[in-house]
Amino acid sequence: MNMEWETVIGLEIHAQLATRSKIFSGSATAYGAEPNTQANLVDLGYPGVLPVLNREVVRMAVKFGLAVGATVAKRSVFARKNYFYPDLPKGYQISQYELPIVQLGKLEIVLDDGARKTVGITRAHLEEDAGKSLHENFQGYSGIDLNRAGTPLLEIVSEPDMRSAKEAVAYMKRIHTLVRYLEICDGNMQEGSFRCDANVSVRQKGQEKLGTRCEIKNLNSFRFIEKAINHEVARQIDVIEGGGKIRQETRLYDPDKDETRPLRSKEEANDYRYFPDPDLLPVIIEQSFIDQVRATLPELPDQKAARFVEQHGLSPYDAGTLSASREVGDYYEAVVAALGAAHAKLAANWVMGDLSASLNNDGLEISGSRIGAAGLAALLARIVDETISGKIAKEVFEAMWADGQSADAIIEARGLKQITDAGAIEKVIDEVIAANPKQLADYRAGRDKLFGFFVGQVMKVSGGKANPAQVNDLLKKKLQGQGSL
Amino acid sequence: MHTLTLAGISAGIKARRFSSVEVTQHFLGRIERLNPALNAFITVTADQALAQAAAADQVVAAGKGGPLTGVPIAHKDIFCTDGVLTTCASKMLSNFVSPYDATVVRKLKEAGVVMLGKTNMDEFAMGSSNETSWYGPVKNPWDLSRVPGGSSGGSAAAVAARIAPAATGTDTGGSIRQPAALTALTGIKPTYGRVSRYGMIAYASSLDQGGVLTLNAEDAALLLGAMSGFDERDSTSVDLAVPDYTATLNQPLKGIKVGILKEFFGKGLEATTESLVRDALEVYERLGATLVEVSLPNLPLSVPTYYVVAPAECSSNLSRFDGVRFGYSCAEPKDLLDLYTRSRGEGFGAEVKRRIMTGTYVLSAGYYDAYYIKAQKVRQLISDDFKRAFAQVDLLVGPTAPTTAFELGAKVDDPITMYLNDIYTIGANLAGLPAMSIPCGFVEGLPVGLQLIGPHFAEAKLLNAAHQYQQQTEWHRRIPAGYA
Amino acid sequence: MSLTRDDVLDIARLARLAITPAEMPGLSDSLPKILTFVEQLSAAQTADVEPMAHPLDGQSQRLRSDTVSETDAHERYQQNAARVEASLYLVPKVIE
Repeated sequence: MNMEWETVIGLEIHAQLATRSKIFSGSATAYGAEPNTQANLVDLGYPGVLPVLNREVVRMAVKFGLAVGATVAKRSVFARKNYFYPDLPKGYQISQYELPIVQLGKLEIVLDDGARKTVGITRAHLEEDAGKSLHENFQGYSGIDLNRAGTPLLEIVSEPDMRSAKEAVAYMKRIHTLVRYLEICDGNMQEGSFRCDANVSVRQKGQEKLGTRCEIKNLNSFRFIEKAINHEVARQIDVIEGGGKIRQETRLYDPDKDETRPLRSKEEANDYRYFPDPDLLPVIIEQSFIDQVRATLPELPDQKAARFVEQHGLSPYDAGTLSASREVGDYYEAVVAALGAAHAKLAANWVMGDLSASLNNDGLEISGSRIGAAGLAALLARIVDETISGKIAKEVFEAMWADGQSADAIIEARGLKQITDAGAIEKVIDEVIAANPKQLADYRAGRDKLFGFFVGQVMKVSGGKANPAQVNDLLKKKLQGQGSL
Repeated sequence: MHTLTLAGISAGIKARRFSSVEVTQHFLGRIERLNPALNAFITVTADQALAQAAAADQVVAAGKGGPLTGVPIAHKDIFCTDGVLTTCASKMLSNFVSPYDATVVRKLKEAGVVMLGKTNMDEFAMGSSNETSWYGPVKNPWDLSRVPGGSSGGSAAAVAARIAPAATGTDTGGSIRQPAALTALTGIKPTYGRVSRYGMIAYASSLDQGGVLTLNAEDAALLLGAMSGFDERDSTSVDLAVPDYTATLNQPLKGIKVGILKEFFGKGLEATTESLVRDALEVYERLGATLVEVSLPNLPLSVPTYYVVAPAECSSNLSRFDGVRFGYSCAEPKDLLDLYTRSRGEGFGAEVKRRIMTGTYVLSAGYYDAYYIKAQKVRQLISDDFKRAFAQVDLLVGPTAPTTAFELGAKVDDPITMYLNDIYTIGANLAGLPAMSIPCGFVEGLPVGLQLIGPHFAEAKLLNAAHQYQQQTEWHRRIPAGYA
Repeated sequence: MSLTRDDVLDIARLARLAITPAEMPGLSDSLPKILTFVEQLSAAQTADVEPMAHPLDGQSQRLRSDTVSETDAHERYQQNAARVEASLYLVPKVIE
């Protein structure tokens, strides 16, 4: 058989909303507290307690809805999703089912080849997170920590619009960028603040009907998502080409073995018995509330990128890179502000180049950079005013990164100031020419390429400090025999 | 002293005729003597009661306090009470010490009320005879071989037997009014949202409402006023000022329109009960009311509607009882499923299981629309019927229960017959309306209740109408033999 | 309306209730009776009727401010739990 397969992917992203307190109770949401110290009566599902909705959670969901051009539902309803599990204290999860707060949005993603694609967002709904099961050291028992129970989640459900693992990753990164721009989620994937389930199916190219899908649960890094989807696609194609059928099921990705395996098959099909939660009333959102939230929307990634192209003359690629994270964009803009828009390209190159490389090396986020935007701007200002060359600047940057001193202090202490005095440069040129009579003769005989050799020698003797433009100029004259020799 | 009303006890304390400690000791003594035959209390909090009474006496001595300072009452064991066993009459919660107070309990504490103890009830408030309690049935003080009604049967028996001067109750389908009727008490279930449900262990969240069982309408006005009001911990509680219900008790009834609910006088209503209810209507006529017959065509569907909605909500509300964080947990579970199914199977009684299973079924895939959504729609029709009626009349009047108190064990084997006890009371819960029951006569020594139903937030009008009736009649003053 | 023994066991499993053999006849008898009883609802004309989820009209959900109002009391709350170790609630091992 030789068939062409098409992959179809939809993602359900769970973003923990960055509120102080839980969605339905006044318990703290801070990560990493001692077990069950942030689980209070409402979170524990104690007899008699009742939920009351956090305003901030609604505001954040509306903010997200507006950012993806969705409809914000004027009336949305909380429902109970009933199932028994130890991390779910009440035996039901409060979620939104038939009437979610955000409906029908979309988001544009940029692929590696620069192509753009729009992914539909079916809905985004509010719900409460569950607790955690810990499996070690309890002799046949699991320990349950309910600190996370009741943390607000925004579940963002995409249309099955993605056709490859790379597209899925690009979409997830885009959402990741967006929720951080909006300051509604810290995006911390290690801590589980941002995670995703992927619905994956394959079908023959040209076929309209979707294939049977499998859901891969709890993917919490961009790398795993790509690997898990690729693995799952290969598995499904193998099964079908081997004459088998895909069973609709939930699978778990095992990064150690790079494979997905079915979750222990539930003893029965899930029947969640959704019904409207009688303890909560319909959430009515007035237009004035939506307008207020709209007024607080920050500049979004696409808008920022467009502005960088227009105001700073950056290439679309550079603008896209620098706006992919709000923090990076802010850093870059602070450098430009200090340096002047005329030098935006220089700032962009340094932020994307040396700074980014150093951050990567040390595993740092830009917020933890050893060189602040003002410090970098001060360094670049010395290039602009020709105190140092770009090459020397790299050396200064490394020194700044290592010991935190200012650019000027390092330039001063190491005597790296560029030599611009024509007399001093001529003196060096004379030395070099005197020391290399053979090369001089060859050059004068027509071997133009030796010019580079002389430049290199002059720079070497000057310790790299001679102004390159002046060296070029003066050397040319001297080699041609003009001026004294 | 034990035949005094709340208002009478309050006046006595204020006038220093007796202290709160003396009243409290008197009732604790009666509980000790008389409760064993009645089984009205699950827990008696004697030490705490005496401490609260002593504190109240100090407040009174300092010339402070309000109308309820130092007055003892009992709480239905569905209300969470901080540091006190709170069982909901279930084996499931037979070891549960609540770490917090229900809002109702807190408000009454703040008003200076003394808690005598926690009263028996149907398990998780599911029942109409108080026979589903894990702590055994409650006996009706009017005839110990008969039921006191339910689910607030312990509260009703305690007040009727004058071993507590008043008690709280909850009413999901008639659980305050039906026992009040069967024990010759005044019982009121206010408008849904009037009394906070925080800390009231949920049976059916969209129907449950707290209220009181008292000796007369004046006491009901006093106690209800103190426990009502907005609570920021209950999203369904209504942010509306609570009027002083005692201030309007004496308003004349001249000119009010009273609707006679046609559907309440059909088959199933005992003739003797009907005739007493009709007598009561004549009293209202004499008081100046105009009687109008009104029809609520969808009302006969209220019992089937209730037996979809209430079990559906209960099946979900009771999922939290899983043997992990509180309550009964089975011994040596062999795996997770075993922990769940045995803790719940052993912890819940037969009626609770029956309702959980009914509710699970009506919410399950393939049945949700036919049962649950259908019931929600009929609920809307019933609510609309009431709305139309209240466009014509101020109050609706009819019987509270179709019969007087029945023999213990008479209906336990037939759930449908048992469910039909609430045929007249359920409508008010479905529509969220305030409703009350007041004694209107006796048949062969057994009390009969008159039910008054009002539009939303018409508690003051209901209490006024009840009080005016009680100025004309003596039924509410009768005390069962042996308890005077 | 009738329910087989397996139907009853399926519902019980969904509701996580262990049913003893002694309880079975009572449930097999009463559950179909209750369901038959409530089926009289199907006769009601509800074509254009909105399902009613709350007893009061026109109410909307109140929103609380995002403030932390609770403090740690896990030791007290865990006194009601059957099995606790290292501040964790214990359940028979969860296998995925």
